[in-house]
Amino acid sequence: MAETKKITFSQATLEAMQEEMERDDTVFVMGEDIARQGGIFGQFKGLPDSFGSDRVRDTPITETAIVGAAVGAALAGMRPIADMHFADFMLVCGDEIYNQMAKVHYMFGGQKTVPMVLRAPDGLINQAAAQHSQSLEAIFQHIPGLKVVAPSNPADAKGLLKSAIRDDNPVIYFEHKALFNTKGEVPVEEYFTPIGKADIVTEGSDLTIVSYSNCLQTVAKPVAEMAEKEGISVELIDLRTISPIDKDAILESVAKTSRLAIIHEAVKQGGVGGEIAAIVAEEGLDYLDAPIMRFGSPFTPVPFARPLEQAYRLKPEAILEGIKRMF
Amino acid sequence: MCAKAILKEPTIPVKNYDRDLLIELYRKMVSIRLFEQKVEHHFLAGDIPGFVHLYIGEEGIGTGVMANLTKEDYIESTHRGHGHTIAKGADLNRMMAEIFGKKTGYCKGKGGSMHIADFSVGMLGANGIVGGGYTLAVGAALASKLREDGRISVVFFGDGASNRGTFHEALNMAAAWKLPVLFVCENNEWASTTPYLTTTSVADIADRAQGYGIPGYMVDGNDVLSVYETSKEVVDYIRSGNGPVLLECKTYRIKGHFVGDPEKYRTKEEVQEVFDNNNPINRFEEKVIEAGVLSREDLDAVYGEVEAAIEEAVRYALESPEPDPSELFDDLYV
Repeated sequence: MAETKKITFSQATLEAMQEEMERDDTVFVMGEDIARQGGIFGQFKGLPDSFGSDRVRDTPITETAIVGAAVGAALAGMRPIADMHFADFMLVCGDEIYNQMAKVHYMFGGQKTVPMVLRAPDGLINQAAAQHSQSLEAIFQHIPGLKVVAPSNPADAKGLLKSAIRDDNPVIYFEHKALFNTKGEVPVEEYFTPIGKADIVTEGSDLTIVSYSNCLQTVAKPVAEMAEKEGISVELIDLRTISPIDKDAILESVAKTSRLAIIHEAVKQGGVGGEIAAIVAEEGLDYLDAPIMRFGSPFTPVPFARPLEQAYRLKPEAILEGIKRMF
Repeated sequence: MCAKAILKEPTIPVKNYDRDLLIELYRKMVSIRLFEQKVEHHFLAGDIPGFVHLYIGEEGIGTGVMANLTKEDYIESTHRGHGHTIAKGADLNRMMAEIFGKKTGYCKGKGGSMHIADFSVGMLGANGIVGGGYTLAVGAALASKLREDGRISVVFFGDGASNRGTFHEALNMAAAWKLPVLFVCENNEWASTTPYLTTTSVADIADRAQGYGIPGYMVDGNDVLSVYETSKEVVDYIRSGNGPVLLECKTYRIKGHFVGDPEKYRTKEEVQEVFDNNNPINRFEEKVIEAGVLSREDLDAVYGEVEAAIEEAVRYALESPEPDPSELFDDLYV
């Protein structure tokens, strides 16, 4: 077993940046409040001390130009990391993401790569409400040319970020805001978490649960533990990469367990769960002994008031009831 | 420092120009004109699919600006991008092949007229999104600043595109960071089918520079020597580390928004009058002949060479294979 140390998710992403910026001077980072403030989640703290304010660059409040400039810098041979402050703000710069960042490699016939990373803190934190709480991964899963990752723990946060920085494709890196302060064991030696590979968190024989990001920790794991107590052996898969999706891992697991549940924080309608369910329905229907179940947030914007936000949040107990009906 | 927008008249007498430079300016303008006439012909004949937007009548701008750039400098172009691409030094055969959707084109047939790029000459791409190029040019300039490689970035856009939010975000970012970017507005008076003054709050786009604390210039875009001289001044200014400049080139869109545009929004007479009196190629010919620097025979010789090159480009495109369906997934990911 390799040596590990216990650090926060935030610290893990910082180490990834430090290591990659030391190794490669074409890597630089820009975003709002990242240099002087160290990022609103502390994920850039100390970085300007090592690399200066040219390579750790405070931008104007101008998401469109941040993403566009990152694309342009990538086309000119750099490896930019652009920080979106909140994932919600990516919707301000739709053209730069959908039409430029995602497409220029393909539509220019592969002449130039776009090796950039878009860091996007997403998801529910306490009462941040409708425009600071969204989970948007499904939107970007729909766009060819992008890679989309969403780590659930500090080790993957570091490993996926390092992989993303070295990847020659544009990568959107969703980092759940509620995860930043969580701690976990991270290898001391250099390592990479491969993009496109799901992780089997626990092996099981009766039911496959696919989840990712914070929801894996706070919802899917408790559900799996409760199910185990009910005598259901759960194989829990951490998707880790939203696009390209690891179909093989999902299909292999369902072939073994014959049942599939997908749990994500994003609203259920049009979510990643629908894609996974469709993949299994198309390519693994014969494996199934029960209908696929999807669990996602209700189809509303995230409300502000505490009782409403509580009503919005996924409830492991309710999900367990749904899962029991699969047997 | 804000410079008030001024209409620069050419100050260098034509006879003082280097003869080779004049020939090169002429060659580029004629290349663009004849290339696009062939594109128009073959589009109307049904040989070219998609949408095609022509630069005819605006050749003096791309030609005059690009004559001040090196191969290493970056440009971002527009949906009306053939002229910029030719002026930056792209290969005519591969351009024509791309427009025909052929495998031998710059983008292996994946881009078409609106998505040509030639990274080998610093041409970072045309853009089907109006205003899509500004922020990318700013990013390329940021890369140059971080690397201290001495390159500048030039982004071309129309008067209509200057109303996009990206224009303002890009100008602010470039100005705040003193990035080496030249913003070139080709004011051809038409935002798609709408006269620009009906939807734009200022008569001169160059005035908008003042809002960002950078110099704004205006120039007669149909006079290639004015464009050349003014852009030389601003390119030197930018290359010396002074930050961005906004250069507005006044011109007129001779062709419709796209080939096939019924042009119900203006009269044929209006267009013909501008073309007769303000055709940048004719104006250039008159000037250089009058100054005695180049003769009609010199110009005809260049014209003939370009004609042959364009014929060859069309032949190359027509004879090139289409991409194979199996190439659909090529270049989706690296």
